[in-house]
Parts: sequence; structure tokens; C-alpha cells
Amino acid sequence: MHRQKEMRGGCPCAPPLPLTCPVIVTNPHPMATAPLPAASQVLDLPEPLSLDGGQRLENVRVAFETYGALNADRSNAILVCHALTGDQYLASPHPITGKPGWWLRMVGPGKPIDTDRYFVICANVLGSCLGTTGPASTAPDGAPWAMRFPVITIRDMVRGHVALLDALGIARLHAVVGGSMGGMQALSLAANFPDRTDAALVIASTARHSAQNIAFHEVGRQAIMADPKWQDGDYYGHGKGPDKGLAVARMAAHITYLSEEGMHEKFGRNLQDRPDGTPGAKTFGFDADFQVESYLRHQGLSFTDRFDANSYLYITRAMDYFDLAEEHGGRLADAFAASKARFCLVSFDTDWLYPTAESRGIAHALNAAGCRVSFMELSAPFGHDSFLLDVPALDRVVRGFLG
Amino acid sequence: MSGALRPDLAIIADRVGAGARVLDVGCGDGVLLGALHDKGCDARGLELDAHNVAECVARGLSVIQGDADADLAFYPDGSFDYAILSQTLQTTKRPDKVLDELLRVGRRAFVSFPNFGHWRVRASLLWNGRMPVTRLLPVAWYETPNIHHLTINDFRAHVEDRGIVVEGAWFLTGDQLTGASAANFRAEHAVFLISR
Repeated sequence: MHRQKEMRGGCPCAPPLPLTCPVIVTNPHPMATAPLPAASQVLDLPEPLSLDGGQRLENVRVAFETYGALNADRSNAILVCHALTGDQYLASPHPITGKPGWWLRMVGPGKPIDTDRYFVICANVLGSCLGTTGPASTAPDGAPWAMRFPVITIRDMVRGHVALLDALGIARLHAVVGGSMGGMQALSLAANFPDRTDAALVIASTARHSAQNIAFHEVGRQAIMADPKWQDGDYYGHGKGPDKGLAVARMAAHITYLSEEGMHEKFGRNLQDRPDGTPGAKTFGFDADFQVESYLRHQGLSFTDRFDANSYLYITRAMDYFDLAEEHGGRLADAFAASKARFCLVSFDTDWLYPTAESRGIAHALNAAGCRVSFMELSAPFGHDSFLLDVPALDRVVRGFLG
Repeated sequence: MSGALRPDLAIIADRVGAGARVLDVGCGDGVLLGALHDKGCDARGLELDAHNVAECVARGLSVIQGDADADLAFYPDGSFDYAILSQTLQTTKRPDKVLDELLRVGRRAFVSFPNFGHWRVRASLLWNGRMPVTRLLPVAWYETPNIHHLTINDFRAHVEDRGIVVEGAWFLTGDQLTGASAANFRAEHAVFLISR
């Protein structure tokens, strides 16, 4: 709320924004486990969103957060795109978990994405469940969309972002930034809306989902769909949703976010102490004897408090469909033919989900297209999740690239 | 010569005009790239060491992590006015192919290398019978990255064989330019400007 005031204060010439703001959105339909209240600014898109699947989605709402102030010529905006299970709470507390913003180490006053200099925007993606329209939202007939929600793509998410930029009066971003699925959105925005950004920073990401990526997602989706409480996706308002399936999906995915070395370092074969203080031991049963089991179970369960199972299905599908070269006639370089932006691609040596070869391939394609591109593989022990964690070299690169 | 640059880099920086498109292969921490960028060139780099790449990007330069042997192939023909390979030729697996690639992606190339024909190197081999460790070749034989030592005369013969034109040549001893006469004996270091 005060952020909105800052934005107007920073830009006295700005026309009134067509935003419903401030607002507390409380989704009327219970999610997988609980209603998700979202204290965000929201924009109701004035036009329907044309989707890659051929539909036109009406009454799309975009929930977003902003940090810092937009300057007078509106040239200092940075759009940060979040990952699969991320949200718009980039640098402010999550309304459900109360946890600090997911990229607080990177975004804030004096930080690499410096909110003293930049107006930073983060929007909940289309299909998600923290205020932006998704399968848990209400369809025109008054019932939740559930599985009637159209299958969306990364480019559809980006169309939502661009509509938000239009509403904010931002013709051109200083940069679009994202890790993992956020990186896919950054690439898609730079490729499909080349006039809308001066730079794209893509971290631990890929230009297309590999068979292995799709396979892991399919395991997650099948876990959700195998939960009897999923009820063909029509679980809203019928008590608890498919918590168990969603938790298993999260557990499987979480393994892909870590490195073997990191897991060994953190857990090894250590046994888990019992809640009553009994030292850990092999129980010759199927309790969470090992710390790694206990950790994954906790990750799975806590995830269901903040995420909608159907959103998980839709967003993983969007990621699986992502193939930027395919969208542009099969040659990745052609995707960037019209781009004048600067690009920076960063991979991590322990990330086996989107390994370095993916980023290097994008860099080669950008070279072939004549774009200004930087690429590097940083060393960090945390696997794919390195982009969220303490990697000082990444901080320097982000700060330097954004200039 | 440009102020703080190493002499061989200053020779190159002074001869690349503002607005030129330049690829510095093996750009290190981006000293030359930065100087070229500052004078208005579209300067890009290729560098093996991730830490160096990160330093370059932190300085606002466009640099790709990669190596001369493998990654030049991904640049289109004639993408650059100049390709630069400073103090790197002798570390590549196939210097001949790297030179071909430099002159494919660049209309011209600056190539600099330490001269293995310098009298100190010859003396070290002749009198001590040991692989030389000198100011420009400071690393012992077993850990040197320099796997393809060459002399100025080797370079001249090679480019002549390949029909490559030498547009300019500069020879250095210490930080001083020296004449072309007996350069293969007297110069520690050479910079060539070549084209097809």
C-alpha cells in the first residue's frame, strides 16, 4: 500500500493507473488446503487475454507487488519473474507463511537489484493462485474454473505481464530478470516483445524443457491426480483438496532442485530424532527414520498450505510446453532476430535440472543472432536452487549487468 | 599508447577505431575490452575462466564463458571488424584452426604471443638444457598452459603458407617497442594484425 504511494510520489506526472488498489483479495474458493488471502495490488485486465491454446480468457486479474519508485521518464522499471511455485512476494513477507520475500537477499535498498534506483515489479503468473487468475478463480458461470481453465503457456504468462506493464504506463523495461521458470518468462518476453525491454537476465534456466524435465513434472502431476481427493480437479469447496498428492509432487520436484553433494552435506545418512526427543534410530518400519525423509515430508506438507494443486498442474504443463525455438520456426537464433536487448545467462555447475549446456546453447543462439550476450557458469554447491541462495558471485554479476 | 594498458594491449587499443565491432578471445578480466568499450566500440569477449567472466559482466561488459577451440564456431561469418587473440594462441589445442576461425568471424585479427625464439629462451635451452622459465613464460614445463610454443618466424611462415596477409607487426622487449630487424631473436613478444 505504501509502495503504491511511493510509486505515485516518484512519478507526479503519471496518469491515474487503472488499478484496483489497494485491495485485499480473499479467494472465495478454498485451495488445496486453505483459502489463500493475498495482500497485493491487483489489476483487472481491460481486454481479454489471447492464449496460445486459441482461447480468449476474459476478466483476467493480475496480482503484483512493486518496490521502489518509478522515475519521471519511466525508464527504471525492472520486472522480476517468479519460478514455478514462487509468487509476487519478492521482497516482502508472504501473507500465508509469514516468511520473508523469496529474493530478499537480491532485492532491496542497496542490494544488487537496488530499489533505491529501480522500480521493481513482480507479478503472480497467470495460472497461479496468489491473486492472479488461475484454475482456483471463478469462471464466468460463478463456479471455480478448476480443470475447465484453459491450458496456458509461458508466453501467455508473459502476455499477462505485458498487459500489466501497459497499465503501469511502462513502455520499456530497464530489464527483465528471472530464475528457473522466471528465466523462461524473461527469454520469452525478450523474444516475443523485443521492444519492451533493454536487457534480460536469465538465471538457471532453459529455452526448452527436456524429456527429463517433462518426466519429473509428469510424476508430480500423476501424484496429484492419483489422490482421490483431487476429484478430477473439482475439489474446491469440497473439504480438503489433494494435499497428499500435491505434497508428493513437491517432494519429487524438491529433489531436482538440490544437488547430490548438497543433500549429502546436509543430511548424509543421518537419522531423525523423534518429536519426543528420542534419538533417531532405524525403526524397522516406514516412519521418516532418515533426516532427508523428514525434510522432504515437511517440504511437501508445508507446500500444500500455500499452493493450489490445480495451479501446480497448469504451471508445470506450461513449462513442459515451453520450447522457444519451436515457437520461432525451429531455430533458436531466429527467436531473437528482432531483439536489441543485452542478455546475461548464468548457470550453476551443480544444477542438473537446467544444466549449463542449456544456458550455453542459448548464448550461442544469441551470438548467432548478433545480440550482446554474456554467459557464465558459476560454482555453487546448492544445485538448481543456487539462484535463490548465498552465491556472492551471482550478486556481483546481477549488480554489474543491471548497471 | 593508451595509459594503463599492458603494452601489447595498448598497441591494439590504439589501432581499433571507435564504433568498431570487436571480439576479444581470451579477454581475461576485461582490461582491453573495457578500454575498447570506453572508446565506443561494440566490444565483446570470450573467456575460459568463470571468475574472470563474472568480473567482466560486473563491469558491464558482454562476455561469454567458453574457449577459443570450441566456441568460436558459434559466431557467424564476418560478425566483427576485429577478432583479438592476445597471449592465447600458444594455449589453444589447434592454433591453426583458431586462426582460421578468427579470420572467419572477424574481417581482421590481432594476434599476440610470446616469442619462443627470444635469445633468453634460446640461451636457456642451449646452456642449461632446460625448458625456459622467463618473465613472459613464467611457468614450469609441467604446469604451463602454453602447449604450442611458437617463434615469430614460425608465425610468419604459417600465415604465409595459409595465404594470410600480415597488415602490421609490432615487437616488444620489456615494455618497449623494438624494431623489426632480428625480431625473432630480440623480441620477447609480438603483435600481428592479419587478414585474408
